[in-house]
Amino acid sequence: MTEPNNSYQAGLLSRLGAAKQLYLIDFTLGAMKRRTGRNVMLFSVYLAIIFILGSVMLFSHAIRREAAILLENSPELLVQKLRMGRHELIEGTRLEVLRKIRGVRQAQGRLWGYFYDQANGANYTLMVPREQSKTTAVKPGETIIGEGVARTKGIKQGGYLFLLSETGKLMKLKVKQVFSNQSALTNTDLILLSEPDYRRFFVLPPDLYTDLSLTIRNKREIDKIVEKAAKLMPQARFITRRDILRTYESIFSWREGLLLALLGGSLIAFTILSFDKASGMSAEERREIGVLKAVGWETSDVIAMKFWEGALVSIGAFVFGVALAYAHVFFFSAGLLEPVLKGWAVIYPSFTLTPSLGGIQLATLAFFTIIPYTAATIIPIWRAATTDPDEVMR
Amino acid sequence: MIELKKVFKQYHEGRINEVRALVNINLTLKKDCITVFKGPSGSGKTTLLTLIGGLSKPSSGRILLDGEIISNLPEKFLAALRREHFGFVFQRFNLIRGISVLENVMLPAYPMAPAHAPLRQKAKDLLERLHIPEKADMPVDVLSGGEAQRVAIARALINDPDTIIADEPTANLDSRLAVQFLQIIEQLRKDGKTIIMTSHDPRIWQARIVDRVIDMEDGHIVEENEKVANP
Amino acid sequence: MIFHTPILAMILASVITSIIVLWSAFFALKVVRHWDITSGHARQLTLEKRTYLVTTALKFVLALELFSLILFVTNADQMAPMFTGAMCAVGVLNVNEYGMPALLLKLAVFFGASVWLILNHADEQGRDYPLAKHKYALLTILAPLVLITSLIQFLYFYNLHADVITSCCSRLFVPEGKGLQASLSAMDPMSALYMLFISFGLLVLLAFWLRGSKRNNRFGRALFGPVAIGFFTVAIIAITSVISSYIYEQPHHHCPFDILKWQYGYIGFALYIPLFTGTAFGLAAGLMSLFPTPSSLLEAYPRMIARNITISAVLMTIFMAFILLAIGRSHLILFG
Repeated sequence: MTEPNNSYQAGLLSRLGAAKQLYLIDFTLGAMKRRTGRNVMLFSVYLAIIFILGSVMLFSHAIRREAAILLENSPELLVQKLRMGRHELIEGTRLEVLRKIRGVRQAQGRLWGYFYDQANGANYTLMVPREQSKTTAVKPGETIIGEGVARTKGIKQGGYLFLLSETGKLMKLKVKQVFSNQSALTNTDLILLSEPDYRRFFVLPPDLYTDLSLTIRNKREIDKIVEKAAKLMPQARFITRRDILRTYESIFSWREGLLLALLGGSLIAFTILSFDKASGMSAEERREIGVLKAVGWETSDVIAMKFWEGALVSIGAFVFGVALAYAHVFFFSAGLLEPVLKGWAVIYPSFTLTPSLGGIQLATLAFFTIIPYTAATIIPIWRAATTDPDEVMR
Repeated sequence: MIELKKVFKQYHEGRINEVRALVNINLTLKKDCITVFKGPSGSGKTTLLTLIGGLSKPSSGRILLDGEIISNLPEKFLAALRREHFGFVFQRFNLIRGISVLENVMLPAYPMAPAHAPLRQKAKDLLERLHIPEKADMPVDVLSGGEAQRVAIARALINDPDTIIADEPTANLDSRLAVQFLQIIEQLRKDGKTIIMTSHDPRIWQARIVDRVIDMEDGHIVEENEKVANP
Repeated sequence: MIFHTPILAMILASVITSIIVLWSAFFALKVVRHWDITSGHARQLTLEKRTYLVTTALKFVLALELFSLILFVTNADQMAPMFTGAMCAVGVLNVNEYGMPALLLKLAVFFGASVWLILNHADEQGRDYPLAKHKYALLTILAPLVLITSLIQFLYFYNLHADVITSCCSRLFVPEGKGLQASLSAMDPMSALYMLFISFGLLVLLAFWLRGSKRNNRFGRALFGPVAIGFFTVAIIAITSVISSYIYEQPHHHCPFDILKWQYGYIGFALYIPLFTGTAFGLAAGLMSLFPTPSSLLEAYPRMIARNITISAVLMTIFMAFILLAIGRSHLILFG
């Protein structure tokens, strides 16, 4: 009786399709208002799940991005001497050898090490800043410290830092500057001092370095240069910037994934709840659907209506959940998650991450939440939609 | 014209609680007539109504509408059929709470209408015709029995169907409202509509406007009374 | 590697898909055995009701597979820093022998699901479910495909280890190299372009001819299916061997995935979306032509096939328009 007779009618039908969906959405909103109680409960749980998962993912993503950005400025290649498989101090004479390799723009010795402060059980990183840097230049007798150090030692800019060296002597350094919160991620436990001070503190002879850093002209040649250097220095270990980046990525990714796998339990509970809520149709609702079908609504219309209901709840929970997670991570420093994701440390940086929102993170979050929810509701929706209209006559 | 040929309807087939609601129904319902099915509860008249209106399918046998078999149509086409040909008035009216009277009237055409403005106007016109235009934007909870029934009738008419199906329409109405209902039905018949009803109520099946009364019992048709064409 | 978040998400999605399709296949077997539209028996009514569930579930599966495909490629690209030697998605897919097959299988599932839905739409136009048995028979073929895809995808993820050194586009898509990807790039750019334009011409000519020809030109219509697949293959070859170079403005950069990145204006999407959907419609038209015209759709069925062919041709034309755009605005000069 009603078959599209020509392409005009077919076009009209497709336009009707879009209009029809709008009307269905309109009706759905009205229907939802009639049953706020059930929807509110589900919405809250949905929101909570998205908030937790979203926080974990956003946080992890932001930290990885920070690490990548920070590493941009680190040397492309580090050379460390190994003895019996362990890291040892390296001679400065090697620098000449390495400078001669074609493609190496610069080779420098680095001085850095760890120091355990018995007074408060904290580990500091002592380091001599690179020659070129003007902002972190320190003269003998001076130091620049991280905010974690300042906090635990209770000192401010202009004050004095006292360190007990292994020789038993106390070293006194004037605090020229304290690093701001912005860079706390990497330098909260950092103490910068001049080369003479460093060597004096650790009793280091003049031509020994912790490791050597190389700046390479062309990134594509790093592998070749590593090859050549390895031939010249067979006992050395070569660490490229990519290696470090990869390690960071792996560790955070693994931790994040593990956490999410553990949260899998809550996800399953959520799915069951969704199924339950969708199945629990009141007699009133069943009657309503019966009436709709009796007056001429198709089963597919009812299914579409119920799907829109689910979609509106999903989208609402997703948007608000992500917004809350965003605020939580970037304005409140993800207070609830820090212990798990950062690892245990006595010195705890307080900092703010640079806000960022990855497309893949959002897509993945949607996969974890909206997909199971939708899947759980397919059968209940279908069951509701295929209610026999003749039931309404009884 | 609606035809039923060797129609049977069973529920819970093959099980202990099998119910045979309709047995070997053979019937032809002509256009522009008012037909009433009467009989005690469980006689199958409501089930018959649902089959005629395409709300359910027979277990066996055929139902034809204007010569075309409709008893085995896919649900999608059956729904389209219901929209086009039938308007339902339920015993309990079954208006949807939470939406206004006007929206209730628009309901059957809701997903199909290309534009809601003409539909809205049509709904208003129907309410006007039934003498309750002022109730358009009110919630259905505040309606009296008679008003609710008129809204139900308006809803049944929104798609201009040629057949109105009403199940126990006067069960919840007093005498005055029952008379009013019959007046509306008479007008609809004059407009060329076919009316099919079930009723316990003698006021209905004894009314002079009714053309045909069919008696049912235990799923069978036991008696038929066709009146001579009324002037 | 298995605990990478997007990977967990994709595994979850593929588990859901597999369960749905497996259940649907069992239902399909019931349909093939018991379906009888003329019966008013309770079993038939139940089957009819269940068809709504299957249709809804499969629409969900198709949407899921589509997003999963995009996430699969995008994620592979994002994971590149974790693997030595990998600069983009291609490198990550080559970490083990399951990566590329997983991608190809996912493509096959996408096509299978789209064709099924197009066929389902045609079936719903008939008053007696004329294509029900064909539809559900197709489902019984689709189900094992989906299961195998999920398995291969899982094996791929399970065997992703960061300590494996892999190769990337600069090494793989090199004409001198070995393997399928290398032979794709080894095609002479000029020949690839010729093939592309010629096969497009053939496709469009066939579409026009079929539009004008008699209703029951079943053979002609059925031919459109393989022609669409043929064009798809040629298009992929052309993209890999020559078009990508135009987009990157580098004669040795052949990666077919990098064109999806924002640096290139997401032109990859503008190319792949019409290509993929056009192929799906073409395949559907070809498949539908293989079935005899149902009596309840004598007029409508050939019209639907014709419409699918037209849609396919239009989408392929859009694809070609973007190809020309990519070549036109590139600063690269490959020929003379």
